[in-house]
Amino acid sequence: MATGTEPQPHTEASGAKGAAGPSGTGVHAPSRAAIPARHLRTDRWWLYPATTAAGLFAFVVYSTWRAFANADYYSAPYVSPFYSPCLAENCHPMRGGPNWDVFGSWWGLSPALLILIFPLGFRLTCYYYRKAYYRGFWASPPACAVAEPHKKYTGETRFPLILQNIHRYFFYFAVLVAGILTYDTVLTFRNADYAWGHMGLGTLVFLVNIVLIWAYTLSCHSCRHIVGGRLRHFSKHPVRYRLWGWAGKLNARHAALAWASLISVAAADFYVFLLATGAFDDPRFF
Amino acid sequence: MSAQSDAYKAHFRIWRGDADGGGLTDFRVEVNDGEVVLDIIHRLQATQAPDLAVRWNCKAGKCGSCSAEINGRPRLMCMTRMSVFERDETVTVTPMRAFPVVRDLVTDVSFNYTKAREIPGFVPPPDLAPGDYRMRQEDVGRSQEFRKCIECFLCQDTCHVVRDHEENKAAFAGPRFLMRIAELDMHPLDAAPETGLDRKRTAQENHGLGHCNITKCCTEVCPEHIRITDNALIPLKERAADRKYDPLVWLGNKIRRRKE
Repeated sequence: MATGTEPQPHTEASGAKGAAGPSGTGVHAPSRAAIPARHLRTDRWWLYPATTAAGLFAFVVYSTWRAFANADYYSAPYVSPFYSPCLAENCHPMRGGPNWDVFGSWWGLSPALLILIFPLGFRLTCYYYRKAYYRGFWASPPACAVAEPHKKYTGETRFPLILQNIHRYFFYFAVLVAGILTYDTVLTFRNADYAWGHMGLGTLVFLVNIVLIWAYTLSCHSCRHIVGGRLRHFSKHPVRYRLWGWAGKLNARHAALAWASLISVAAADFYVFLLATGAFDDPRFF
Repeated sequence: MSAQSDAYKAHFRIWRGDADGGGLTDFRVEVNDGEVVLDIIHRLQATQAPDLAVRWNCKAGKCGSCSAEINGRPRLMCMTRMSVFERDETVTVTPMRAFPVVRDLVTDVSFNYTKAREIPGFVPPPDLAPGDYRMRQEDVGRSQEFRKCIECFLCQDTCHVVRDHEENKAAFAGPRFLMRIAELDMHPLDAAPETGLDRKRTAQENHGLGHCNITKCCTEVCPEHIRITDNALIPLKERAADRKYDPLVWLGNKIRRRKE
């Protein structure tokens, strides 16, 4: 064959099986170009993993503090998105709010822990966040063409990372949670005395947050697959094809929406915290 | 000519050697306005290093031959303009570091051809003769993006699954060929399911889809700007999840006896 691509048995030279010799592995394997440096990049490749890790770490610290605080999460008519829905008896009373005593009185810890597992699981298994924390925290790889420090790599083929495949189930729960946060946002059109037809700065904060939450949720890769991506014949399913197209447009901005919604949900919680602690009074528009 | 007046001397470091060893060699070489890295490599061949080995063909970003690593980043030499570098910047050119080196900038990319042969090809529909295929544009649109691939293998080169772990080469097809599986699985006329070939399942079980941790380096380096991760690998992971990890989909398919 003129192209020289005819099948050959797997050999070291073919590279198909060539295990690294004793002198090195990966980019330092004996068959590869002998370059001592683990990378030759001259740009600031470390900036992305560093800022990603710092941003995610800051959110983890903040959300852990707020989730375990079990205080200052309600200031009528606003309920922190970290505590919604509130599913235990020890919830702060919220008139018309999302406090449904599902778990009863035996739950003595912060009620936020009951619900945060779902948005946490959604984001933890999200295809964008996987890239972010694999690069930022696990250096697998730290950046493109920068050798990773690990000697072995099995990716998402084994427990626990094979559980990333249940992302779609977290997506279903995330839709429910987004629905409840939408209900919370509607409730912000009340005043502190629960009268309807009012609006404050907090209403705007909640509106921005819920738009970003929905945009992030609907831009999810699993959502894109479920609404139409799994089909082979779009022409037989024009409605799902249209939905798939819309999800695709949102999906192109999934990373930006992931960060924007992460910041907005923390901002909404912090806004409620400031109101609940009396550090700030909600400016009312009408 | 103004192009001549804009000429300057650039500092190049080029890896020279073979499988037995080698190192970076320094050159000072003339650069003119509008040139690309491959032009400079050719000038070096013409003026200073006539035995410098480099693989190239079209010089237009379409043949996928001149793949290399420029300042540590996998790129096509013919599509990397010299104007992206500062004039006093050292430009380092090495062969692709995921594949065995042959000589200088030439690597043995036969790993990719081995993997290509492992992917079962398009299965023609039994009731249609070639020439009778009719497909709607919306049904083939997704696959057409993947057909832009020029097989430069930069995605294979940058993928840390094989770049940093030689031992994974046996089990992992790499982004280019997982994209090929996605293309075939999305093909409206592929009759593989009728023959008992489940591409979704074999992508995970035989071609190492689970090794991919979607860190998107393949997408970053693709000179054709194919959204490999978002449009091929992640949809393929979702399809594999349909088959292997989603009891609701499995149950739904059983109840409705749905094939595709």
